[in-house]
Formats: sequence, structure tokens, C-alpha cells
Amino acid sequence: MSMEITGKILEGNVRAAARLMRGIEDGAPNAVEGLKSIYPHTGRAYIVGVTGAPGVGKSTLVDTLITAFRQENMTVGVVAIDPTSPFTGGAILGDRIRMQKHSADQGVFIRSLAARGWTGGLSKAAISMIHVMDAMSKDIIFVETVGTGQAEIDVTQVADTSIVILTPGMGDAIQMMKAGILEAADIFVINKADRDGANNLKMELQVMLEMKANLPSGWRPGIVLTEAIYDKGTGELVEEIFRHRQFLISSGGLEARRKQRAKLELIEAIESSIKNYIDAGVDKDYLEKLIDDLVQRKTNPHSAALQIINQSIKRVKPLLHNYI
Amino acid sequence: MNSETKLRVLIAKPGLDGHDRGVKVVARGYREAGFEVIYTGLHQTPEQIVNAAIQEDVDLVGLSCLSGAHTYLFTEVVKQLREKGADDITVVGGGIIPEEDIPKLKQAGIKAIFLPGTPLDEIIKWTIENVKPVDRLSPSGK
Repeated sequence: MSMEITGKILEGNVRAAARLMRGIEDGAPNAVEGLKSIYPHTGRAYIVGVTGAPGVGKSTLVDTLITAFRQENMTVGVVAIDPTSPFTGGAILGDRIRMQKHSADQGVFIRSLAARGWTGGLSKAAISMIHVMDAMSKDIIFVETVGTGQAEIDVTQVADTSIVILTPGMGDAIQMMKAGILEAADIFVINKADRDGANNLKMELQVMLEMKANLPSGWRPGIVLTEAIYDKGTGELVEEIFRHRQFLISSGGLEARRKQRAKLELIEAIESSIKNYIDAGVDKDYLEKLIDDLVQRKTNPHSAALQIINQSIKRVKPLLHNYI
Repeated sequence: MNSETKLRVLIAKPGLDGHDRGVKVVARGYREAGFEVIYTGLHQTPEQIVNAAIQEDVDLVGLSCLSGAHTYLFTEVVKQLREKGADDITVVGGGIIPEEDIPKLKQAGIKAIFLPGTPLDEIIKWTIENVKPVDRLSPSGK
């Protein structure tokens, strides 16, 4: 991969950035080179995660937020993730439908992403996509997850501020108490707030937050009522995002989150490098033999795995640098 | 890294035309064939479609038009892709299109026109045979 493409990305060239993103998603070997070279230029963008059940209005809300932050003269990136069919591997990515009015705005870059079997609401490639947008000097990047349920909280691992969207009529307080996703929120949005039950939901949420006797970070999540399709409540939500950012900066939480994120990314890189290089190094016949041995109970999976790892390391050590 | 290239397709409705039943069927067909389909919805300008296609780095743009404005809208999409150096993205179209317009559209760079009644399999087969993902990061890729 040429360094030329890196230069173009840093200048904000959409085509070059889109190419690298595609390469990353498809696992093209030279995409790693691109990621390596842009990495020093990342870490400046503010990252906001948006999650919630299917149909609560994530895309519509992101659309209103794009407009609001453009008015603040900030450039915006959006990584929008939709599910992949577990049966065919195909996907319909429809998040753009709600955001298409920004397609002609050069200050906005929207990229749809299929989850490709990744659970947790994100896609494996999501964090790399964020890096590319960051390198393009986008000021704020929204990450919209797959419609999530109760435990898909991966977005908190990539976002500085995580927004969880709820709507009235989706279950009682017990649903909320058991849902890990609620613990992930820095800001709650109750969208479709014109519907019955919005104020009750707000009260239930407040009670639940009161029950959390000591908030580990010292941050008490705000609750914002919105009607995204009428652009109601957007201003308040933007203020809340800024307020949380200010809190993170002054409390040292931002640094802590980013450190945690760097650590996760490093561990993931180690794991995938090892996986890749084991894949490349395992002799098929040898693998077959081990599988037969397993079936006949001559060995066990743990010893067999160690055997494979040891053998692979010897085999591909000279090629190691190609896989990291 | 393990390579798993998937074809990415952008499906769009340019212009003032509210009929999207057909295009949704096509989108579903592509999904079931294992493609990743970006659907941008109704009432798109050629500029919006072209920008979305470039941001999403798709291999194919499929346009649907039932309003009669296909000649202008389809050729405008091809023209703007060319202007932005993205003419390696294949453009196809479908909808209510008179037979006599097809040669004109093909000459303008629309690679295939699928008329009402075309079996889904035929569209998928055509796509698999004619659209290959380019090695985007090699020097020859733009």
C-alpha cells in the first residue's frame, strides 16, 4: 500500500479514506499498513456511541445531531452498523436513509457497516473505521450500533460518551434493572417522547439511578426527552454531550477511557495476529491427524492446541512481521 | 489477515418517484445472494447518490426510476461518478424504461437495464459475472 493514500486521507480525501475502509473490512493484508501509518494522526476526534433497541430512532436521532454539530462548525463522521444475515452473509444497510440529506455536505462522512457475525452491536472493523475518520480530521464521530437488546455494550469500549435510547412502552422497571445496557449509558434519551408513558419512564429511570448508591465515576447520567423526527430536544441533548465531555476532561475520565481503549485494541491486535499466524502455519495433514486423535481420545483439545501453537511458531517465525 | 471480500451494492431511487416496491425486492434479492446492500431511500439527487456511492466505496450502483426521467437521472449519475474519478463503479438501472431508450442509456455508460419482469436470478447472475471487486489499495486502484 502506497504512502500516497495516507497523505490523501490526512488531507480529508473521501475516496482514499473509503478505499482504506473497504480494505480494512475485507481484511486486505495491505490495509494494515494503511492503519499503521494513519495511527499517529488519530486520537483527536470526540467519539459518541449511540445504541438502543431496533426502531427506537437511532438513525433519526443521529441525523438531527449531525445537523446540530454542523451548526457548531464541527465536521462529522458517522459509522452506522446494521446486522448481517446469519444465513446468507448478506446485509441490508439502511441507516443512511434517515441521514441522506447530509450526503451533499462535504463536512459529513457516513459509512455503513455490516456486523459480519460480530455480536455486541459493533463490527470488528468499527474501531478501525473510527481511526480513518479521525485521521481525516473529523471533529466528532458518531457510532450507531446494531439495534441492541440487553447486553450489547461493546460501544462503550470505543466511545467517549455513550448514549442509550429508550422509548415508552418497552417494558417495566425490572426490564431496566436487569439490562446491562443501562449501566453503559452516560446519557439517556427517551425518544418518541410524545407517546404515552414518557414521563413515567423518566421517573423510573431516575429512581433506578438513585438506587445506584455510589456512581463509580461520579457522573450522574442525564435524561433527555426527544422527538427526533420533529427535531425536538436536540439542543438539550447536544448540551448534555458537551457537559459530559467537560466532566470527562476535568475529572481525568477521558484519559482513563482512552487508555482502557488503547489496551483493548492492543490485546485484540495480539489475539488476531496470533490467530492469523497460526492459520497460516498449520499444516492441514497435521491438523487432520490431531483431530482424529481427539476423536479417538488419544489426546485432548488443550494439549493439542498447545502442540499446534508451538509447531506454528517454529514454522512461521521468519514471516512474523507479515501478520502484525 | 484473512480476506473476505464481499460485493457492496448501493440501491437508490433518484428523482421524484415514490414507487419503491420493486427496488426493495431487488435489494432483498442481493442480500439473499450474500451481498451487502446500502439502501438510500426515496427522492435522491444524483449528487447525493454519487457521494454516498463514493463514501461507501461500493462496487455497483443500482438505480430505479419509474417516473420517466431515467435518461437525465441515470446519465447524470454516471457523469458525476466520472467527474469524481469513480468511474470504476458499475452503474445499472431498472424501472419503466421504453425499449428505444436502452441503447442511449448504454451508450451513456449504464452497463445494464433490467425491465419489469426480469427474474431476480438474472440480475444476480449478471452482477456476479460482470462486477468484480478491484484491489482498492494497489497502485492501479484509484
